[in-house]
Amino acid sequence: MAERITKAEVVKVARLARLELTGEEIERFSTQLAAILDHVAMLERLDTRDVPPTAQAIRLEAPMREDEARPGLGRDDAAAPAPAWEEGCFAVPRIIAGDEK
Amino acid sequence: MSAATDRYEPVIGLEVHAQLLTASKLFCGCSTAFGAPPNSHVCPVCLGLPGALPVLNRRAVEYAIRVGLALGCEVRRSSRFARKNYFYPDLPKGYQISQYELPLNESGAIEIEMEAGPKRIGIVRAHVEEDAGKNVHPTGSPTSLVDFNRSGVPLVEIVGAPDLRSAAEAAEYLKELRAILMAIGVNDGNLEEGSFRCDANVSVRPVGQAEFGTRTELKNINSFKFVRQAIDFEVRRQSSVLEAGEAVRQETRLWNDARGETFPMRSKEEAEDYRYFPDPDLPPVEVDAAFIDRIQNEMPELPSARRRRFVKALGLSTYDAAVLASHPRVADYFEAALAEYGAARAQGAKPVANWVINTLMKTARIDGLEAIFAVPAAHLAQLQKLVDEGTISLTVARKVLDEAAERGVAPAQVVEEKGLCQVSDVAAIEAACRDVIAAHPAEVEAFRGGREKLFGFFVGKVMKATKGQGNPKVVNELLHSLLGA
Repeated sequence: MAERITKAEVVKVARLARLELTGEEIERFSTQLAAILDHVAMLERLDTRDVPPTAQAIRLEAPMREDEARPGLGRDDAAAPAPAWEEGCFAVPRIIAGDEK
Repeated sequence: MSAATDRYEPVIGLEVHAQLLTASKLFCGCSTAFGAPPNSHVCPVCLGLPGALPVLNRRAVEYAIRVGLALGCEVRRSSRFARKNYFYPDLPKGYQISQYELPLNESGAIEIEMEAGPKRIGIVRAHVEEDAGKNVHPTGSPTSLVDFNRSGVPLVEIVGAPDLRSAAEAAEYLKELRAILMAIGVNDGNLEEGSFRCDANVSVRPVGQAEFGTRTELKNINSFKFVRQAIDFEVRRQSSVLEAGEAVRQETRLWNDARGETFPMRSKEEAEDYRYFPDPDLPPVEVDAAFIDRIQNEMPELPSARRRRFVKALGLSTYDAAVLASHPRVADYFEAALAEYGAARAQGAKPVANWVINTLMKTARIDGLEAIFAVPAAHLAQLQKLVDEGTISLTVARKVLDEAAERGVAPAQVVEEKGLCQVSDVAAIEAACRDVIAAHPAEVEAFRGGREKLFGFFVGKVMKATKGQGNPKVVNELLHSLLGA
Protein backbone atom coordinates (compact mmCIF):
# COMPACT_ATOMS: atom_id res chain seq x y z
CA MET A 1 0.00 0.00 0.00
CA ALA A 2 1.33 3.39 -1.02
CA GLU A 3 1.99 6.04 1.60
CA ARG A 4 -0.99 8.21 0.56
CA ILE A 5 -1.53 10.04 3.81
CA THR A 6 0.93 11.05 6.48
CA LYS A 7 0.31 10.96 10.21
CA ALA A 8 0.72 14.74 10.25
CA GLU A 9 -2.16 15.06 7.79
CA VAL A 10 -4.35 12.84 9.96
CA VAL A 11 -3.55 15.00 12.98
CA LYS A 12 -4.39 18.15 11.01
CA VAL A 13 -7.72 16.82 9.75
CA ALA A 14 -8.59 15.62 13.24
CA ARG A 15 -7.90 19.07 14.66
CA LEU A 16 -10.00 20.78 11.98
CA ALA A 17 -12.85 18.41 12.92
CA ARG A 18 -12.22 19.02 16.65
CA LEU A 19 -11.45 15.33 17.22
CA GLU A 20 -9.01 14.26 19.89
CA LEU A 21 -7.13 11.15 18.75
CA THR A 22 -4.82 8.90 20.71
CA GLY A 23 -1.51 7.83 19.21
CA GLU A 24 -2.93 4.40 18.53
CA GLU A 25 -5.94 5.94 16.73
CA ILE A 26 -3.73 8.14 14.60
CA GLU A 27 -1.85 5.02 13.55
CA ARG A 28 -5.04 3.09 12.82
CA PHE A 29 -6.79 5.92 10.93
CA SER A 30 -3.71 6.61 8.84
CA THR A 31 -3.94 3.05 7.56
CA GLN A 32 -7.73 3.18 7.10
CA LEU A 33 -7.70 6.54 5.35
CA ALA A 34 -4.91 5.32 3.08
CA ALA A 35 -7.09 2.34 2.13
CA ILE A 36 -9.94 4.70 1.24
CA LEU A 37 -7.64 6.85 -0.86
CA ASP A 38 -6.32 3.72 -2.59
CA HIS A 39 -9.87 2.79 -3.45
CA VAL A 40 -10.51 6.24 -4.94
CA ALA A 41 -7.25 5.96 -6.87
CA MET A 42 -8.56 2.73 -8.33
CA LEU A 43 -11.78 4.50 -9.43
CA GLU A 44 -9.68 7.22 -11.00
CA ARG A 45 -8.35 4.67 -13.47
CA LEU A 46 -11.78 4.49 -15.11
CA ASP A 47 -12.27 6.47 -18.31
CA THR A 48 -14.96 9.03 -17.36
CA ARG A 49 -14.50 11.40 -20.29
CA ASP A 50 -18.10 10.94 -21.43
CA VAL A 51 -19.66 10.92 -17.96
CA PRO A 52 -20.96 14.31 -16.77
CA PRO A 53 -19.63 15.28 -13.35
CA THR A 54 -22.12 15.02 -10.51
CA ALA A 55 -22.20 15.53 -6.78
CA GLN A 56 -25.22 13.31 -6.35
CA ALA A 57 -25.71 9.57 -6.43
CA ILE A 58 -29.35 10.11 -7.37
CA ARG A 59 -30.45 12.33 -10.23
CA LEU A 60 -32.52 15.05 -8.64
CA GLU A 61 -32.71 18.78 -8.79
CA ALA A 62 -33.16 20.89 -5.68
CA PRO A 63 -36.86 21.32 -4.95
CA MET A 64 -37.78 24.92 -4.21
CA ARG A 65 -40.43 26.36 -1.93
CA GLU A 66 -42.34 29.63 -2.13
CA ASP A 67 -41.03 32.53 -0.06
CA GLU A 68 -43.56 32.48 2.75
CA ALA A 69 -42.61 33.15 6.36
CA ARG A 70 -44.17 30.90 8.95
CA PRO A 71 -43.72 30.62 12.71
CA GLY A 72 -40.61 28.81 13.91
CA LEU A 73 -40.06 26.92 17.13
CA GLY A 74 -40.78 29.68 19.58
CA ARG A 75 -38.18 30.71 22.13
CA ASP A 76 -39.18 28.21 24.82
CA ASP A 77 -38.80 25.23 22.51
CA ALA A 78 -35.58 26.69 21.10
CA ALA A 79 -34.22 27.11 24.63
CA ALA A 80 -35.25 23.64 25.83
CA PRO A 81 -32.31 21.62 24.45
CA ALA A 82 -29.75 24.41 25.07
CA PRO A 83 -27.08 23.52 27.67
CA ALA A 84 -27.02 27.17 28.77
CA TRP A 85 -29.48 29.97 28.09
CA GLU A 86 -29.23 33.62 29.13
CA GLU A 87 -31.27 36.67 28.19
CA GLY A 88 -33.07 34.86 25.40
CA CYS A 89 -29.80 33.69 23.89
CA PHE A 90 -27.71 30.54 23.69
CA ALA A 91 -24.87 31.10 26.16
CA VAL A 92 -21.40 29.83 25.28
CA PRO A 93 -17.98 30.20 26.89
CA ARG A 94 -16.75 33.69 26.15
CA ILE A 95 -15.43 33.89 22.58
CA ILE A 96 -13.25 37.00 22.77
CA ALA A 97 -11.38 38.72 25.54
CA GLY A 98 -12.57 42.32 25.22
CA ASP A 99 -15.98 43.92 25.16
CA GLU A 100 -15.99 44.54 21.42
CA LYS A 101 -18.78 43.14 19.37
CA MET B 1 0.49 61.11 0.84
CA SER B 2 4.01 60.30 1.78
CA ALA B 3 6.80 59.85 -0.74
CA ALA B 4 6.79 56.10 0.01
CA THR B 5 3.17 55.87 -1.08
CA ASP B 6 3.99 57.43 -4.45
CA ARG B 7 6.33 54.59 -5.30
CA TYR B 8 3.68 51.92 -4.71
CA GLU B 9 0.45 51.20 -6.49
CA PRO B 10 -2.52 49.89 -4.50
CA VAL B 11 -4.43 46.87 -5.78
CA ILE B 12 -7.86 46.49 -4.21
CA GLY B 13 -10.68 43.99 -4.55
CA LEU B 14 -13.92 44.19 -2.57
CA GLU B 15 -16.14 41.39 -1.34
CA VAL B 16 -19.68 42.46 -0.63
CA HIS B 17 -22.26 40.47 1.31
CA ALA B 18 -25.76 41.72 0.55
CA GLN B 19 -28.92 40.39 2.16
CA LEU B 20 -31.56 39.33 -0.35
CA LEU B 21 -34.87 40.90 0.69
CA THR B 22 -36.95 37.76 1.04
CA ALA B 23 -39.69 37.28 3.62
CA SER B 24 -38.33 33.92 4.77
CA LYS B 25 -34.85 32.44 5.20
CA LEU B 26 -32.83 30.69 2.51
CA PHE B 27 -33.51 27.10 3.57
CA CYS B 28 -36.45 27.36 6.01
CA GLY B 29 -39.65 29.35 6.51
CA CYS B 30 -38.42 31.44 9.46
CA SER B 31 -38.99 35.17 9.12
CA THR B 32 -36.09 37.44 8.12
CA ALA B 33 -37.60 40.52 9.82
CA PHE B 34 -34.96 42.72 11.45
CA GLY B 35 -35.12 43.70 15.12
CA ALA B 36 -37.14 40.77 16.53
CA PRO B 37 -36.34 39.52 20.07
CA PRO B 38 -33.30 37.17 20.01
CA ASN B 39 -33.98 33.61 18.88
CA SER B 40 -37.64 34.25 18.06
CA HIS B 41 -37.17 33.42 14.35
CA VAL B 42 -35.52 30.02 14.60
CA CYS B 43 -36.43 26.43 13.76
CA PRO B 44 -34.67 23.04 13.60
CA VAL B 45 -33.21 23.89 10.14
CA CYS B 46 -31.54 27.20 11.03
CA LEU B 47 -30.53 25.91 14.47
CA GLY B 48 -28.82 22.92 12.87
CA LEU B 49 -30.79 20.38 14.91
CA PRO B 50 -30.28 16.73 13.93
CA GLY B 51 -32.47 15.42 11.13
CA ALA B 52 -33.53 18.81 9.77
CA LEU B 53 -33.29 19.24 6.00
CA PRO B 54 -32.89 22.47 4.00
CA VAL B 55 -35.41 23.40 1.28
CA LEU B 56 -34.38 26.19 -1.07
CA ASN B 57 -36.29 29.49 -1.24
CA ARG B 58 -37.29 30.15 -4.87
CA ARG B 59 -37.36 33.93 -4.48
CA ALA B 60 -33.80 33.96 -3.11
CA VAL B 61 -32.67 32.19 -6.29
CA GLU B 62 -34.68 34.61 -8.42
CA TYR B 63 -33.19 37.65 -6.64
CA ALA B 64 -29.68 36.25 -6.94
CA ILE B 65 -30.19 35.74 -10.67
CA ARG B 66 -31.43 39.33 -10.88
CA VAL B 67 -28.13 40.37 -9.25
CA GLY B 68 -26.16 38.25 -11.73
CA LEU B 69 -27.94 39.73 -14.75
CA ALA B 70 -27.62 43.31 -13.44
CA LEU B 71 -23.87 42.77 -12.98
CA GLY B 72 -23.50 41.36 -16.49
CA CYS B 73 -22.64 37.87 -15.22
CA GLU B 74 -23.12 34.55 -16.89
CA VAL B 75 -25.93 32.83 -15.02
CA ARG B 76 -25.34 29.13 -14.62
CA ARG B 77 -28.32 26.94 -15.48
CA SER B 78 -27.06 24.31 -13.05
CA SER B 79 -25.28 25.43 -9.91
CA ARG B 80 -24.43 23.77 -6.67
CA PHE B 81 -24.39 24.38 -2.93
CA ALA B 82 -21.35 23.41 -0.88
CA ARG B 83 -20.54 23.13 2.77
CA LYS B 84 -17.90 25.50 4.11
CA ASN B 85 -16.69 23.79 7.27
CA TYR B 86 -15.50 25.68 10.32
CA PHE B 87 -16.37 25.94 13.98
CA TYR B 88 -17.68 29.11 15.56
CA PRO B 89 -20.54 29.54 18.03
CA ASP B 90 -22.64 31.56 15.59
CA LEU B 91 -22.59 28.67 13.09
CA PRO B 92 -24.86 25.99 14.56
CA LYS B 93 -24.28 23.24 11.97
CA GLY B 94 -20.50 23.47 12.02
CA TYR B 95 -20.68 24.50 8.36
CA GLN B 96 -22.11 27.32 6.32
CA ILE B 97 -24.09 26.44 3.21
CA SER B 98 -22.46 28.44 0.44
CA GLN B 99 -21.42 27.91 -3.17
CA TYR B 100 -17.88 26.98 -4.16
CA GLU B 101 -17.52 25.12 -7.43
CA LEU B 102 -20.23 26.02 -9.95
CA PRO B 103 -21.58 29.24 -8.36
CA LEU B 104 -24.83 30.72 -9.70
CA ASN B 105 -23.26 33.81 -11.33
CA GLU B 106 -19.76 34.33 -12.76
CA SER B 107 -17.69 36.71 -14.90
CA GLY B 108 -19.48 40.06 -14.96
CA ALA B 109 -18.47 43.71 -14.71
CA ILE B 110 -19.82 47.10 -13.76
CA GLU B 111 -18.71 50.56 -14.79
CA ILE B 112 -17.83 53.32 -12.34
CA GLU B 113 -17.58 57.02 -13.17
CA MET B 114 -14.27 58.57 -12.16
CA GLU B 115 -13.00 62.05 -12.94
CA ALA B 116 -10.62 60.56 -15.49
CA GLY B 117 -13.57 58.85 -17.19
CA PRO B 118 -15.51 55.59 -16.89
CA LYS B 119 -13.71 52.50 -15.58
CA ARG B 120 -14.77 48.88 -15.88
CA ILE B 121 -14.49 46.79 -12.72
CA GLY B 122 -14.74 43.02 -13.09
CA ILE B 123 -17.07 40.83 -11.04
CA VAL B 124 -15.50 37.42 -10.42
CA ARG B 125 -18.63 35.77 -9.07
CA ALA B 126 -21.88 36.41 -7.23
CA HIS B 127 -23.01 33.36 -5.30
CA VAL B 128 -25.75 32.52 -2.83
CA GLU B 129 -25.07 31.62 0.79
CA GLU B 130 -26.65 31.71 4.23
CA ASP B 131 -25.81 34.22 6.95
CA ALA B 132 -24.54 33.15 10.38
CA GLY B 133 -26.00 34.11 13.78
CA LYS B 134 -24.92 37.07 15.88
CA ASN B 135 -22.63 36.97 18.90
CA VAL B 136 -22.89 39.43 21.76
CA HIS B 137 -20.27 39.71 24.49
CA PRO B 138 -21.76 41.38 27.58
CA THR B 139 -19.24 43.37 29.59
CA GLY B 140 -17.75 41.44 32.49
CA SER B 141 -19.63 38.23 31.72
CA PRO B 142 -17.80 34.90 31.37
CA THR B 143 -20.15 34.02 28.50
CA SER B 144 -20.91 35.14 25.00
CA LEU B 145 -24.54 35.13 23.86
CA VAL B 146 -25.71 33.86 20.50
CA ASP B 147 -28.84 34.98 18.63
CA PHE B 148 -29.74 32.81 15.62
CA ASN B 149 -32.38 35.09 14.09
CA ARG B 150 -29.96 35.90 11.27
CA SER B 151 -28.84 32.30 10.88
CA GLY B 152 -29.93 31.16 7.43
CA VAL B 153 -30.86 34.62 6.10
CA PRO B 154 -30.11 34.62 2.35
CA LEU B 155 -27.08 36.56 1.16
CA VAL B 156 -25.46 37.11 -2.17
CA GLU B 157 -21.69 37.38 -1.95
CA ILE B 158 -20.31 39.53 -4.74
CA VAL B 159 -16.60 39.03 -5.30
CA GLY B 160 -15.08 41.91 -7.21
CA ALA B 161 -11.91 41.51 -9.29
CA PRO B 162 -8.75 43.24 -8.00
CA ASP B 163 -9.28 46.03 -10.54
CA LEU B 164 -9.49 48.96 -8.13
CA ARG B 165 -6.41 51.19 -7.81
CA SER B 166 -7.38 53.70 -5.12
CA ALA B 167 -9.62 54.14 -2.10
CA ALA B 168 -11.68 56.59 -4.16
CA GLU B 169 -12.31 53.95 -6.82
CA ALA B 170 -13.23 51.42 -4.13
CA ALA B 171 -15.78 53.82 -2.61
CA GLU B 172 -17.24 54.58 -6.05
CA TYR B 173 -17.52 50.86 -6.86
CA LEU B 174 -19.26 50.22 -3.56
CA LYS B 175 -21.71 53.07 -4.14
CA GLU B 176 -22.52 51.87 -7.63
CA LEU B 177 -23.01 48.28 -6.46
CA ARG B 178 -25.33 49.47 -3.71
CA ALA B 179 -27.32 51.65 -6.12
CA ILE B 180 -27.69 48.69 -8.51
CA LEU B 181 -28.87 46.28 -5.79
CA MET B 182 -31.38 48.85 -4.54
CA ALA B 183 -32.60 49.68 -8.05
CA ILE B 184 -33.34 46.02 -8.78
CA GLY B 185 -35.17 45.76 -5.45
CA VAL B 186 -33.18 42.91 -3.90
CA ASN B 187 -31.36 44.77 -1.10
CA ASP B 188 -32.09 47.81 1.08
CA GLY B 189 -28.50 49.09 1.06
CA ASN B 190 -28.40 49.43 4.83
CA LEU B 191 -24.76 49.43 5.95
CA GLU B 192 -25.58 50.18 9.59
CA GLU B 193 -27.93 47.24 10.07
CA GLY B 194 -25.50 45.01 8.22
CA SER B 195 -27.69 44.10 5.26
CA PHE B 196 -24.92 45.42 2.96
CA ARG B 197 -21.41 44.56 4.23
CA CYS B 198 -17.99 44.94 2.72
CA ASP B 199 -14.55 43.39 3.18
CA ALA B 200 -11.55 44.76 1.28
CA ASN B 201 -8.52 42.86 0.00
CA VAL B 202 -5.68 45.34 -0.21
CA SER B 203 -2.11 44.99 -1.44
CA VAL B 204 0.50 47.32 -2.87
CA ARG B 205 3.22 46.74 -5.47
CA PRO B 206 6.06 48.87 -6.74
CA VAL B 207 4.78 51.04 -9.61
CA GLY B 208 5.44 49.16 -12.85
CA GLN B 209 5.51 45.69 -11.31
CA ALA B 210 3.08 43.22 -12.85
CA GLU B 211 2.71 40.73 -9.99
CA PHE B 212 0.46 41.54 -7.07
CA GLY B 213 1.94 42.04 -3.61
CA THR B 214 0.90 40.15 -0.49
CA ARG B 215 -2.61 41.18 0.51
CA THR B 216 -4.37 41.80 3.78
CA GLU B 217 -8.09 41.48 4.27
CA LEU B 218 -9.81 44.42 5.97
CA LYS B 219 -12.99 43.88 7.96
CA ASN B 220 -15.33 46.03 10.02
CA ILE B 221 -15.51 48.79 7.43
CA ASN B 222 -19.22 49.31 7.23
CA SER B 223 -19.54 52.86 6.01
CA PHE B 224 -18.38 54.56 2.82
CA LYS B 225 -16.18 56.85 4.92
CA PHE B 226 -14.49 53.93 6.71
CA VAL B 227 -13.88 52.12 3.42
CA ARG B 228 -11.90 55.09 2.14
CA GLN B 229 -10.08 55.72 5.42
CA ALA B 230 -9.23 52.07 6.08
CA ILE B 231 -7.89 51.50 2.56
CA ASP B 232 -5.87 54.72 2.63
CA PHE B 233 -4.40 53.77 5.99
CA GLU B 234 -3.59 50.25 4.82
CA VAL B 235 -1.94 51.45 1.61
CA ARG B 236 0.29 53.81 3.60
CA ARG B 237 1.08 51.11 6.14
CA GLN B 238 2.00 48.47 3.55
CA SER B 239 4.03 50.98 1.53
CA SER B 240 6.15 51.88 4.54
CA VAL B 241 6.57 48.20 5.47
CA LEU B 242 7.96 47.52 1.97
CA GLU B 243 9.97 50.74 2.00
CA ALA B 244 11.63 49.56 5.21
CA GLY B 245 12.70 46.40 3.38
CA GLU B 246 10.26 44.20 5.28
CA ALA B 247 7.51 41.91 4.01
CA VAL B 248 3.76 42.42 4.32
CA ARG B 249 2.13 39.63 6.31
CA GLN B 250 -0.94 38.02 4.83
CA GLU B 251 -3.54 38.51 7.56
CA THR B 252 -7.00 39.75 8.42
CA ARG B 253 -7.06 43.24 9.90
CA LEU B 254 -9.86 45.13 11.60
CA TRP B 255 -10.56 48.82 11.13
CA ASN B 256 -10.68 50.76 14.38
CA ASP B 257 -12.64 53.92 13.74
CA ALA B 258 -11.76 55.59 17.03
CA ARG B 259 -8.02 55.22 16.39
CA GLY B 260 -8.22 55.65 12.63
CA GLU B 261 -6.09 52.58 11.94
CA THR B 262 -6.25 48.91 11.08
CA PHE B 263 -4.85 46.30 13.45
CA PRO B 264 -4.35 42.55 13.02
CA MET B 265 -7.20 40.35 14.12
CA ARG B 266 -5.88 37.75 16.55
CA SER B 267 -4.76 35.07 14.15
CA LYS B 268 -6.83 31.93 14.13
CA GLU B 269 -5.17 28.87 15.52
CA GLU B 270 -4.98 27.18 12.16
CA ALA B 271 -4.77 28.37 8.62
CA GLU B 272 -8.06 28.71 6.77
CA ASP B 273 -9.00 25.27 5.56
CA TYR B 274 -12.70 25.06 4.94
CA ARG B 275 -12.76 21.61 3.29
CA TYR B 276 -15.56 22.60 0.93
CA PHE B 277 -17.59 19.74 -0.46
CA PRO B 278 -20.96 19.54 -2.26
CA ASP B 279 -23.80 19.57 0.26
CA PRO B 280 -25.40 16.12 0.08
CA ASP B 281 -28.68 17.55 1.42
CA LEU B 282 -29.05 19.84 -1.57
CA PRO B 283 -29.15 18.51 -5.13
CA PRO B 284 -27.95 20.87 -7.88
CA VAL B 285 -30.07 24.00 -8.47
CA GLU B 286 -31.51 23.79 -11.97
CA VAL B 287 -32.98 26.92 -13.55
CA ASP B 288 -34.41 26.87 -17.05
CA ALA B 289 -33.85 29.47 -19.75
CA ALA B 290 -37.46 30.67 -19.54
CA PHE B 291 -37.02 31.47 -15.82
CA ILE B 292 -33.87 33.49 -16.52
CA ASP B 293 -35.53 35.23 -19.51
CA ARG B 294 -38.49 36.23 -17.40
CA ILE B 295 -36.19 37.76 -14.77
CA GLN B 296 -34.28 39.59 -17.50
CA ASN B 297 -37.51 40.95 -18.99
CA GLU B 298 -38.73 42.22 -15.63
CA MET B 299 -35.42 43.94 -14.87
CA PRO B 300 -35.96 47.62 -14.02
CA GLU B 301 -33.78 50.35 -15.49
CA LEU B 302 -30.31 50.27 -13.89
CA PRO B 303 -28.85 53.42 -12.28
CA SER B 304 -26.25 53.94 -15.04
CA ALA B 305 -28.95 53.93 -17.74
CA ARG B 306 -31.14 56.18 -15.65
CA ARG B 307 -28.33 58.70 -15.14
CA ARG B 308 -27.58 58.72 -18.86
CA ARG B 309 -31.25 59.34 -19.64
CA PHE B 310 -31.45 62.17 -17.12
CA VAL B 311 -28.45 63.84 -18.74
CA LYS B 312 -29.26 63.17 -22.39
CA ALA B 313 -33.05 63.43 -22.48
CA LEU B 314 -33.59 65.94 -19.69
CA GLY B 315 -30.43 68.02 -19.87
CA LEU B 316 -29.48 67.55 -16.19
CA SER B 317 -25.87 67.89 -15.04
CA THR B 318 -24.06 64.59 -14.35
CA TYR B 319 -23.93 65.59 -10.69
CA ASP B 320 -27.70 66.12 -10.42
CA ALA B 321 -28.32 62.90 -12.34
CA ALA B 322 -26.04 60.96 -9.97
CA VAL B 323 -27.70 62.35 -6.83
CA LEU B 324 -31.21 61.59 -8.12
CA ALA B 325 -30.32 58.07 -9.33
CA SER B 326 -28.54 57.13 -6.09
CA HIS B 327 -31.85 55.96 -4.59
CA PRO B 328 -34.56 54.39 -6.77
CA ARG B 329 -37.43 56.05 -4.88
CA VAL B 330 -35.82 59.49 -5.16
CA ALA B 331 -35.47 59.03 -8.92
CA ASP B 332 -39.06 57.73 -9.11
CA TYR B 333 -40.32 60.77 -7.18
CA PHE B 334 -38.42 63.15 -9.44
CA GLU B 335 -39.84 61.45 -12.52
CA ALA B 336 -43.38 61.41 -11.12
CA ALA B 337 -43.21 65.17 -10.50
CA LEU B 338 -41.79 65.72 -13.95
CA ALA B 339 -44.53 63.61 -15.53
CA GLU B 340 -46.95 66.42 -14.61
CA TYR B 341 -45.11 68.57 -17.10
CA GLY B 342 -46.12 66.30 -19.98
CA ALA B 343 -44.42 67.35 -23.19
CA ALA B 344 -42.57 70.18 -21.44
CA ARG B 345 -40.58 67.72 -19.32
CA ALA B 346 -37.15 68.92 -20.37
CA GLN B 347 -38.14 72.46 -19.36
CA GLY B 348 -39.23 71.44 -15.89
CA ALA B 349 -36.32 69.06 -15.30
CA LYS B 350 -33.78 71.47 -13.83
CA PRO B 351 -36.08 73.37 -11.44
CA VAL B 352 -37.80 70.16 -10.29
CA ALA B 353 -34.39 68.48 -9.80
CA ASN B 354 -33.33 71.49 -7.72
CA TRP B 355 -36.37 71.13 -5.49
CA VAL B 356 -35.79 67.41 -5.03
CA ILE B 357 -32.04 67.65 -4.36
CA ASN B 358 -31.94 70.83 -2.27
CA THR B 359 -35.17 70.51 -0.32
CA LEU B 360 -37.28 67.36 -0.64
CA MET B 361 -34.40 64.83 -0.30
CA LYS B 362 -33.19 66.56 2.85
CA THR B 363 -36.51 66.30 4.63
CA ALA B 364 -37.51 62.90 3.22
CA ARG B 365 -37.80 59.97 5.57
CA ILE B 366 -35.71 57.31 3.84
CA ASP B 367 -35.84 53.83 5.31
CA GLY B 368 -34.10 51.20 3.22
CA LEU B 369 -35.90 50.99 -0.10
CA GLU B 370 -38.77 53.17 1.12
CA ALA B 371 -38.85 56.96 1.01
CA ILE B 372 -41.57 59.31 2.20
CA PHE B 373 -41.45 62.87 0.90
CA ALA B 374 -42.92 66.00 2.49
CA VAL B 375 -45.43 66.51 -0.33
CA PRO B 376 -46.76 64.27 -3.12
CA ALA B 377 -44.89 64.52 -6.43
CA ALA B 378 -47.92 66.11 -8.11
CA HIS B 379 -47.89 68.91 -5.51
CA LEU B 380 -44.21 69.58 -6.12
CA ALA B 381 -44.92 69.92 -9.85
CA GLN B 382 -47.84 72.25 -9.12
CA LEU B 383 -45.63 74.40 -6.90
CA GLN B 384 -42.95 74.81 -9.55
CA LYS B 385 -45.58 75.56 -12.17
CA LEU B 386 -46.86 78.42 -9.98
CA VAL B 387 -43.30 79.76 -10.07
CA ASP B 388 -42.99 79.17 -13.84
CA GLU B 389 -46.18 81.14 -14.46
CA GLY B 390 -44.98 84.03 -12.34
CA THR B 391 -47.82 83.56 -9.86
CA ILE B 392 -45.38 83.30 -6.93
CA SER B 393 -41.69 84.02 -6.51
CA LEU B 394 -39.21 81.30 -5.56
CA THR B 395 -38.94 82.83 -2.08
CA VAL B 396 -42.67 82.61 -1.57
CA ALA B 397 -42.67 79.11 -3.08
CA ARG B 398 -40.42 77.86 -0.27
CA LYS B 399 -42.89 79.10 2.33
CA VAL B 400 -45.81 77.65 0.38
CA LEU B 401 -44.05 74.26 0.27
CA ASP B 402 -43.58 74.27 4.05
CA GLU B 403 -47.21 75.09 4.65
CA ALA B 404 -48.49 72.64 2.02
CA ALA B 405 -46.39 69.92 3.65
CA GLU B 406 -47.53 70.80 7.15
CA ARG B 407 -51.23 70.96 6.32
CA GLY B 408 -51.22 68.25 3.68
CA VAL B 409 -52.92 70.49 1.11
CA ALA B 410 -52.08 71.50 -2.46
CA PRO B 411 -49.74 74.48 -2.97
CA ALA B 412 -52.35 76.21 -5.13
CA GLN B 413 -54.75 76.11 -2.20
CA VAL B 414 -52.18 77.71 0.12
CA VAL B 415 -51.50 80.46 -2.41
CA GLU B 416 -55.23 81.06 -2.88
CA GLU B 417 -56.12 81.11 0.82
CA LYS B 418 -53.25 83.33 1.86
CA GLY B 419 -53.55 85.67 -1.11
CA LEU B 420 -49.90 85.04 -1.97
CA CYS B 421 -50.26 85.65 -5.68
CA GLN B 422 -47.40 87.74 -6.89
CA VAL B 423 -48.41 91.27 -7.78
CA SER B 424 -47.58 91.85 -11.41
CA ASP B 425 -50.05 94.68 -11.72
CA VAL B 426 -47.77 97.47 -12.91
CA ALA B 427 -50.00 100.25 -11.63
CA ALA B 428 -50.10 98.82 -8.09
CA ILE B 429 -46.33 98.29 -7.98
CA GLU B 430 -45.67 101.71 -9.48
CA ALA B 431 -47.78 103.30 -6.75
CA ALA B 432 -45.73 101.44 -4.14
CA CYS B 433 -42.47 102.56 -5.78
CA ARG B 434 -43.59 106.19 -5.85
CA ASP B 435 -44.57 106.01 -2.18
CA VAL B 436 -41.15 104.60 -1.23
CA ILE B 437 -39.30 107.23 -3.27
CA ALA B 438 -41.39 110.02 -1.78
CA ALA B 439 -40.76 108.76 1.76
CA HIS B 440 -36.92 108.63 1.40
CA PRO B 441 -35.71 111.84 -0.27
CA ALA B 442 -32.24 111.65 1.31
CA GLU B 443 -31.59 108.14 -0.06
CA VAL B 444 -32.90 109.16 -3.47
CA GLU B 445 -30.46 112.05 -3.59
CA ALA B 446 -27.57 109.86 -2.50
CA PHE B 447 -28.47 107.21 -5.09
CA ARG B 448 -28.65 109.76 -7.86
CA GLY B 449 -25.35 111.14 -6.59
CA GLY B 450 -23.69 107.80 -7.38
CA ARG B 451 -24.34 105.49 -4.41
CA GLU B 452 -25.75 102.77 -6.62
CA LYS B 453 -25.67 100.21 -3.86
CA LEU B 454 -28.74 101.92 -2.44
CA PHE B 455 -30.81 100.36 -5.22
CA GLY B 456 -31.21 97.25 -3.08
CA PHE B 457 -32.56 99.41 -0.28
CA PHE B 458 -35.39 100.65 -2.51
CA VAL B 459 -36.15 97.14 -3.78
CA GLY B 460 -36.37 95.96 -0.19
CA LYS B 461 -38.74 98.74 0.78
CA VAL B 462 -41.00 98.08 -2.22
CA MET B 463 -41.05 94.36 -1.55
CA LYS B 464 -41.97 95.07 2.04
CA ALA B 465 -44.76 97.40 0.93
CA THR B 466 -46.11 94.67 -1.39
CA LYS B 467 -45.69 92.02 1.33
CA GLY B 468 -43.10 90.18 -0.71
CA GLN B 469 -45.52 89.59 -3.53
CA GLY B 470 -44.27 92.19 -5.98
CA ASN B 471 -42.92 90.54 -9.10
CA PRO B 472 -39.18 91.22 -8.66
CA LYS B 473 -38.66 91.80 -12.37
CA VAL B 474 -41.41 94.43 -12.54
CA VAL B 475 -40.18 96.09 -9.33
CA ASN B 476 -36.63 96.33 -10.70
CA GLU B 477 -37.73 97.80 -14.01
CA LEU B 478 -40.03 100.38 -12.44
CA LEU B 479 -37.50 101.48 -9.82
CA HIS B 480 -34.83 101.86 -12.48
CA SER B 481 -36.99 104.10 -14.61
CA LEU B 482 -38.37 106.13 -11.69
CA LEU B 483 -35.00 106.64 -9.95
CA GLY B 484 -33.07 107.17 -13.16
CA ALA B 485 -35.24 110.14 -14.07
